[in-house]
Amino acid sequence: MKLTDIVKSLELEVFSGHRFLDREITGGYVSDILSSVLTHAQPGNLWITYQRHLNIVPIASVKELSGIIIVSGRKVDKETLEKANEEKMPILGTSTDAFQVIGKLYRMGIKGINENV
Amino acid sequence: MNVKENDKELPSKIQELAYEFKVKEAMTRDVITVAPDDTMKEVRKLLQEKRISGLPVIDGDKMVGIISIDNFINCIMYGKTAITVKENMTTDVVSLNIDEPLIHAISKFDKFGYGRFPVVDQSTGELVGVITKGDIIKCLLKKLEVNYHEEEIHRYRASHIFEDIISSKTSLTLRYKIKGGDYKHAGEQSGYLKINLLRLGIPPRVTRQIIVASCEAEMNIIIFTDGGEIIARVQKDKIRVNAVDNGPGILDVEKAMEPGFSTAPDWVREMGFGAGMGLPNIKNCTDDMSINSRPGKGTNLEFIVYLEI
Repeated sequence: MKLTDIVKSLELEVFSGHRFLDREITGGYVSDILSSVLTHAQPGNLWITYQRHLNIVPIASVKELSGIIIVSGRKVDKETLEKANEEKMPILGTSTDAFQVIGKLYRMGIKGINENV
Repeated sequence: MNVKENDKELPSKIQELAYEFKVKEAMTRDVITVAPDDTMKEVRKLLQEKRISGLPVIDGDKMVGIISIDNFINCIMYGKTAITVKENMTTDVVSLNIDEPLIHAISKFDKFGYGRFPVVDQSTGELVGVITKGDIIKCLLKKLEVNYHEEEIHRYRASHIFEDIISSKTSLTLRYKIKGGDYKHAGEQSGYLKINLLRLGIPPRVTRQIIVASCEAEMNIIIFTDGGEIIARVQKDKIRVNAVDNGPGILDVEKAMEPGFSTAPDWVREMGFGAGMGLPNIKNCTDDMSINSRPGKGTNLEFIVYLEI
């Protein structure tokens, strides 16, 4: 499944990386702890988080994640967006909370790490 | 593993190129055209001779339609090959502008199912070229090849360094300065390290191990110290990284190694840092790790990942 499919069906707002929504998603990972993302997230994973500060971008970038969904209607500042565009990292936003977002993604067939698809 | 990663990269690379390059770079400029009063017989001759599948119809300097093999087949079906172009042509022409990105052209091919689009210079309204799917593929392949060559040259130069340089022991040292408290740029230096390791031909798996550890070490220096340095020494058989700072030092190293133990202030934790996972993470993803720390003096964290040779 591609990012654009998820953007459409969850009606996500695209904050950055508009040009890179064609990426294939290998699974989902949820955490607000950057260390756990660094350790566990897999390349191509979509990261769902409440965090929205600048540092989420390099983390997602070194882990080669496909994108970041920021939940609960939190907005992202300009500096973070510039960094994200520079790093070719899509940041998506939604007003719904993490639980609902993840539920919808799971129903669409996005699985967690180490889970057979 | 490698093949899979490359597969994933390919579509996005092509897409990137399709956004980067414009219609004018892929289109054919020598456009063969016909006039509205030409006959279908003449059209057939042109299509056959030039081995093309469609022609723009020009009246004076204005494009008034497009005529294709499809139109011609219809003529034959109704046995009307003697009639003129203007009675058969498609007048509802969808065209592209020279400065549109190729990705627009691709989506128009998808949307309309035509074999070609005339290309118009929007400032003059003049017909300047024609673009087919074949033109786009040719253009993208060419750009991809150029890209690939550049990449190859990079990779070649750097990845042979250990064979090209003769010494008893070659070690390439990469130093990255980290500013204390600089949350805005956290992770950036580790990002540079990653690019360089890949350029040196270090396998992606090993690079990932090093980068996870170096990201954690970089965060630690930013959160807890006035600044320091990450020093990576790349050797033929291993990569050794030292994260060095001048204080404040770790009071109880054993305690600091316990997962979940953290001395980070609340506001740092709110940012998702300081969960007490940093040092255990580094230990888990490297082959060897040691901490040398003296309270008030500083810390030297060292980790090693061995390369299979």
